Amino acid sequence: MTLEELERIAAGTKNARAAGGHEVNVCLAAGCLSQHSDALKEALEKEARKASASCRVRGTGCMGLCSAGPLVSVEPGGVLYRNVKPEDAPAIVRSAGGEPLRRLQCSRDQAFFQRQVHIVTENSGKLDPEKIEEYIAADGYKGMIRALTEMTPAAVVQEISRSGLRGRGGAGYPTGLKWGTVAKTDSAVKYVVCNADEGDPGAFMDRSVLESDPQRVLEGMIIAGYAVGASRGYLYVRAEYPLALKRLETAIGEARQLGLLGINICGTAFSFDIEVRIGGGAYVCGEETALIASIEGKRGTPRPRPPYPAQSGIWGMPTLINNVETFASVPAIVRRGAEWYAALGTPKSKGTKVFALSGKVKNNGLIEVPMGMTLREIIFEIGGGVPEGRKFKAVQTGGPSGGCIPEQFLDRPVDYESLRELGSIMGSGGMVVMDDTSCMVNVARFFMEFCMAESCGKCIPCRAGTAQMHEMLTRICDGRATHKDLEMLISLCDMVGATSLCGLGQAAPNPVLSTLRYFQDEYLEHIEAKRCRAGVCECGAAAEVRA
Amino acid sequence: MSVHAAQPPLPSDDKRWRIVNGTMRRHGHARQALIETLHTVQELFGYLDEEALKFVAASLRVPLSQAYGVATFYHFFSLKPPAQHECHVCMGTACYIKGAAQLLARAEEVLGVKPGETTPNGTASLLAERCMGSCSLAPVTIFDGEVAREASAKQVQERLERWLAHDA
Repeated sequence: MTLEELERIAAGTKNARAAGGHEVNVCLAAGCLSQHSDALKEALEKEARKASASCRVRGTGCMGLCSAGPLVSVEPGGVLYRNVKPEDAPAIVRSAGGEPLRRLQCSRDQAFFQRQVHIVTENSGKLDPEKIEEYIAADGYKGMIRALTEMTPAAVVQEISRSGLRGRGGAGYPTGLKWGTVAKTDSAVKYVVCNADEGDPGAFMDRSVLESDPQRVLEGMIIAGYAVGASRGYLYVRAEYPLALKRLETAIGEARQLGLLGINICGTAFSFDIEVRIGGGAYVCGEETALIASIEGKRGTPRPRPPYPAQSGIWGMPTLINNVETFASVPAIVRRGAEWYAALGTPKSKGTKVFALSGKVKNNGLIEVPMGMTLREIIFEIGGGVPEGRKFKAVQTGGPSGGCIPEQFLDRPVDYESLRELGSIMGSGGMVVMDDTSCMVNVARFFMEFCMAESCGKCIPCRAGTAQMHEMLTRICDGRATHKDLEMLISLCDMVGATSLCGLGQAAPNPVLSTLRYFQDEYLEHIEAKRCRAGVCECGAAAEVRA
Repeated sequence: MSVHAAQPPLPSDDKRWRIVNGTMRRHGHARQALIETLHTVQELFGYLDEEALKFVAASLRVPLSQAYGVATFYHFFSLKPPAQHECHVCMGTACYIKGAAQLLARAEEVLGVKPGETTPNGTASLLAERCMGSCSLAPVTIFDGEVAREASAKQVQERLERWLAHDA
């Protein structure tokens, strides 16, 4: 495969699509699919066959506004329809190319669409994720060919470094630095691993990227393999994501067939292949050393670092581990240049970030915004604010390792440093909005229950500490706690955070610490007045009111 | 000597064992194929029984304790046969703050079992899930693979009662 051949495929695909008349696109990502968008697609296809004007029905990836699904778009023209049912099919096909159907139309002028900047999700909802030609027609694999034929591996690492890209799995480690470390190791065998074990509750970014644009992740991994000198890649995917797994297998097969994966890619000396590994539903496997153990077929328990995987990873070999979104950012950076990417975002956090916006917010779904946008803009403009006239209380970022941010900090920009200062973390991108019907002590207990259940049990601070903290939080929620319990809880938070082996235990106290920092009065109310102002906990007075 | 000469015999002439063998062969019967192979077994048989664990462990030359350790470490593997019906209640953050705990409590009440358990007659299992990644549809409940968006406790109750009634 050369650049010319690639361009020939791209041109052929574009021409065929242009000649095919209007395109009716149906979202076939998990959200809409569970609303039976597959049946909707069949109904549309049936109508399209009957119609006189040419009209083609395609299945695509996620269009973003999942809470309004199933979503359908009609191109050209950019018409978007929401909550579409199979019985709407005749009207949609009839109107394709003419006046849009007002009763189903979802305006693209709203902030939800207008305020986003798409890089990782640029193809999401626009192309058929099971057709590699469509990815190629959207400039896919151009970055890879550029890297392989025009750049040295060192130059690729340089480019990524200059872009300022940082790890999108949550910790924000500079990607270029990580690549450079693996590249410098002297080893004939190295591995590239894509961490798609998206386990944070409230996070579905990786799922959506894998379901909507799997080739992008493969391209990012191949470029990484070239840059660091690896010839084998593993994609570690959650077993809970069967659709993503299926689309990845298809994507890998297609890429191999075109010679974009395999031996001597694009006629160069570089060979690279990717194998999918299915996770087993253990949250701790998102931690890199646990993930490596799992790929080796063992129980996914973490080990102390150093040595870091960059030095000693799978079977003791240097291993580069990045998250799905990080790899998905790479093709655009290589194709369009580091300067272009670095112009987006804030001085320390470049580019864009994908968030899964959910909870008590009007527009639920997947969004991509430049780093540095404020929480208020994300929640109230893009998200449309809190529904049912309720009052905003907090936004939870970073999952069980993150924290809850209250209203007074809504104007802070979203970047790695700001969120850390606020006692939370960027995390992988889950953003769950809470209103005044949520009890913050109860939320802290919810996350502690999660960490307790998911603790692998290898180190005692995490195994026993999370259980003790959960017990104390339960006592507070039930109105059985004293001030002494609260003191003990705080000291346990310090101990578990300081002495746990891996990130799971080290960050497990975060939800408690952040809610204590901003909502201490709620803890005290539970203890002193036996009262839960949100009416969630069954403690003393609240329970009486309900009875 | 070929690798296959040392392989244990298939547990039965059930054709599914050949597919299990195929997975192991694809990985050259290497030890690291353990998780992949257990996935294949669970996909074909619905769960991992003692016989399957012994067969896979012997084929990959992994101590039985390690196979059992892996099978019990990962939530996805089940050592018990699946029930006739399965109800999954998502307990992810978005579902939780939208009332998933009430849905789970109602399901426990109707079925008379705790999460992770099956009704004594094997009709239905109740499972609390970490996060299904369908947060936009919260709270999410899955009845036999079918996703119910924004489910209410009443809907959950009706659905489960129907399962129980059919069995009677």
